[in-house]
Amino acid sequence: MPIVRVQEADFDTGRELESLTRGRTDVGAVASFTGLVRASSEGSAVSAMTLEHYPGMTERALEEICREAHGRWDLIDTLVIHRVGSLAPGDRIVLVGVSSAHRGEAFAACEFIMDYLKTRAPFWKREDTPAGARWVEARESDEEAARGWE
Amino acid sequence: MVTVLFFASLRERLGTGREMVPLAAPNATVSMLVESLRAREGPWSEAFAPGKAWRVAVNQRMASLATPLAAGDEVAFFPPVTGG
Repeated sequence: MPIVRVQEADFDTGRELESLTRGRTDVGAVASFTGLVRASSEGSAVSAMTLEHYPGMTERALEEICREAHGRWDLIDTLVIHRVGSLAPGDRIVLVGVSSAHRGEAFAACEFIMDYLKTRAPFWKREDTPAGARWVEARESDEEAARGWE
Repeated sequence: MVTVLFFASLRERLGTGREMVPLAAPNATVSMLVESLRAREGPWSEAFAPGKAWRVAVNQRMASLATPLAAGDEVAFFPPVTGG
C-alpha cells in the first residue's frame, strides 16, 4: 500500500520507518532513502532552499510511482514523505521507505521510486546563494537513471 | 475557458501563477494554447520560444502539444522537475 505525504513539517525518520513494521511479522526487509539539503551546490554556498510543488498533481504522481513499484516487485508497503517550503542546509527533504519479505525487492524498489520521483514528480528547488536566488536545473544524469528502469 | 497554471521559474518570469484563458476553437489543443501565449508581448514570447524546455500537464497528468483541450480543463506549464 502506498503512503504518500507532501508537507512543510519535518518528519521523524525512525518513527516513519517503524510504521512499516509495527504489529506485523511478514516484513523481512525495509530499505530507505533520506535526501538532505547540502550547504553547497554547483560550486557555490547554499544558505537556504525553497521547494515548490503542484498541489494535487504532486501527490498523484507520487502515488502512481509507488503503485508502479508495487507492480514491478513483490512489496508489502511503500512510503514517500516529501517536504515543501523553506529548508536550511542539513534539513531532511525526502524519505522513501519500502518494506518487503526479502531485501532484493526493497533495495531495487527504493532506488526506482527515487529515480522516478526525481524526474516525474512536480517539485522545483530554488537555492539562495551569495550571488542571489537561482532555480535548480534538471540534470541529464537523473533522466538517464530513470530511463534505466524502462 | 481553461485555467492555466505556471510554476517555479516560469511563474516568476511571467509574473503570474494562474489565469483564465479562452479557448480559440472547439477542437483546441495544447499546441494552439501555446501559440496564443507565445504571441503575447514581453516575457511570453521568450518563455515559449521554440526549443525552450518546459513541460505541460492537463488535468494534473503529463500531456503533450497534441493533447486536446476542453472547457474547464486545468493546464499547467512548468520547467523540468528538480525534487528529491
